[in-house]
Amino acid sequence: MLVRFFFELRAAGVPVSITEFLTLLAALEARLAAVSAQDFYHLARACLVKDERHYDRFDRVFAQVFAGAERVFADLSAQVPAEWLQSLAERVFSAEERRQVESLGGWDKLMETLRERLREQRERHAGGHHWIGTGGTSPFGAGGYNPLGVRMGKAGPGQRSAVKLWERREYRNFDDTVELGTRNLKLALRRLRRFAREGAPEELDLERTIDATARNGGLLDLHLVPQRHNAVKVLLFLDVGGSMDGHVRICEELFSAARSEFKHLEYFYFHNCLYESVWKDNQRRFEALIATERVLRTYGRDYRVILVGDATMSPYEIVQPGGSIEHWNEEAGAVWMQRLAAAFPRLVWLNPEDPARWAYTPSTRILRDLLHGRMYPLSLGGLDLAIGELRRPLSGTAAAGAAAGATSVTQGPPPPVP
Amino acid sequence: MPMNDIQRFKGTDRYVATDDLMMAVNAAITLGRPLLIKGEPGTGKTQLAQEIARSLNRPLYEWHIKSTSKAQQGLYEYDAVSRLRDSQLGEERVHDIRNYIIKGRLWEAFESPVQPVLLIDEIDKADIEFPNDLLRELDRMEFYVHETRELVQARHRPIILITSNNEKELPDAFLRRCFFHYIRFPDEPTMRAIVAVHYPQLKKELLAEALAAFFEVRATPGLKKKPSTSELLDWIKLLVAEDIAPEALRSGDARKVIPILHGALLKNEQDVHLFEQLVFMHRRAR
Repeated sequence: MLVRFFFELRAAGVPVSITEFLTLLAALEARLAAVSAQDFYHLARACLVKDERHYDRFDRVFAQVFAGAERVFADLSAQVPAEWLQSLAERVFSAEERRQVESLGGWDKLMETLRERLREQRERHAGGHHWIGTGGTSPFGAGGYNPLGVRMGKAGPGQRSAVKLWERREYRNFDDTVELGTRNLKLALRRLRRFAREGAPEELDLERTIDATARNGGLLDLHLVPQRHNAVKVLLFLDVGGSMDGHVRICEELFSAARSEFKHLEYFYFHNCLYESVWKDNQRRFEALIATERVLRTYGRDYRVILVGDATMSPYEIVQPGGSIEHWNEEAGAVWMQRLAAAFPRLVWLNPEDPARWAYTPSTRILRDLLHGRMYPLSLGGLDLAIGELRRPLSGTAAAGAAAGATSVTQGPPPPVP
Repeated sequence: MPMNDIQRFKGTDRYVATDDLMMAVNAAITLGRPLLIKGEPGTGKTQLAQEIARSLNRPLYEWHIKSTSKAQQGLYEYDAVSRLRDSQLGEERVHDIRNYIIKGRLWEAFESPVQPVLLIDEIDKADIEFPNDLLRELDRMEFYVHETRELVQARHRPIILITSNNEKELPDAFLRRCFFHYIRFPDEPTMRAIVAVHYPQLKKELLAEALAAFFEVRATPGLKKKPSTSELLDWIKLLVAEDIAPEALRSGDARKVIPILHGALLKNEQDVHLFEQLVFMHRRAR
């Protein structure tokens, strides 16, 4: 039983090692949890799970392995009240998932399908990907892995048994696979840290110490090199509105998680392309504008600039004055992009769109040219390349390239996009 | 080892421990492994160690980690500079290197005559390599002092508590050696128990109203920093000190838009603005 539990956990993506499993066995031998299933649940979780993001997965597997036999769906009446389903689903789903469901036809459709299947289905079902039951990938059922799934818990109408602790699934929000792309966040963070940690902490300047001590007639005269710690300063420009919101949230999380590593980290928001003003507060984006010019003036050349956006828009929004879809802009977005590139030689654009599609979007090509190819996909590999670019010493080709780019604006054949 | 020989932690008169937390603590004590505690700021992670030490009557050693902390500092430090200086001044103590070995918190805990509680606070503040550098020490509870060629071994395996605020990922090898517990934000009954422990003579109505207001503030979507348990306790302390009537807290009849003395709950001005806006919209909709 326990060995099967162990393998089920691993299959569900909870990284359990043999050491941890042996720890659990040792704890059981020490009679730490012999009294109740709940004690066993707490003990097993403390032993086997080392990250709150895996709590939810653990709960699911636990429910499946240790309560699978009890779960009978036959007595769930085919007549499910819609309100009950709605409330159940609202309790179980995050806002993000609800949005996903909406995109797939919305609640009503999902519930309609569920009711249909309930009507068609006659007996208990486990596994598989269509029927309601346990352990499958169908959107309906328990212990499954479909993010759109409706969890059919044990607290049905007319069936008054209490929901078990592990069936409450209170740790759902911590699971990293729930949100798009968050799974990579951990690794991405590691990459960013490497970027942020420049220079060694305090150290003895041996040569100067020896020299000074010798001059001092042998009396010790210590010299230390001042600490260079977390020297990286970053300006983050995030494209908000429309399709970008999900990506932007991930980026914000990513960078704020790494925030303590940077000496300075400032956020600014823009929409589609950079124009004469940016803002810091999305709620008051039309009142509390900040002039882009002021940003360029305030922060020094040693700042690194990271833009995050899908770069997908009408080309006019970049090359034409007045091309912005939200307001009348005196100067074209391209001019502002060039000013930014000139002010901050170390600059990259992270694009969450699939690189294969960049070539087919004219606006992406234009922006890529404006930045001399410094556009990278928002993936681990892309982040690596981007960080490599940002780590370059200041007086390099990037600065020269940015200066040269200020003369030609947009026209001319774009270079081939990989 | 039979269970009866070991003292079990059951929470204290000042600290409410949930079932799963007690299980994790007792498992860590029984098997002599470190317990890693995570959770929202202000849910009592650091306090847990103090309460375990108090309830089991054990000495507590606290090692607070900063971004510049090194694993070696917890073991010992060799003060080479003062030895060098002493040698130049011809001091007598210079001949014994042991005079220049400064013991760290871990060493002190290892030397304790009774089983101590060792708190390694906010381990995620330190460098990524920090936990890795402590693997052997936490596993075998011993380390080697190279300068004096002596092996320091723990007289009693300390009860080790490690807290983390999730600012960094901890290495897998380290995690594998720990028990883990995530302190979830308390639900309303637990919160009642916590408040009752801290302010036993609090008026019932005031508590009910304060908790309702508190959970309402917490439920506000988009808050940058959600108020936590410790902030609630601060706020209640203020309410009691100002002698506020329970009715004043009810948002329904409140002429004021936000809870009284909200400064204890909301910690930045964007959140206060956001909350004001939401309350305002809510009232207009009525």
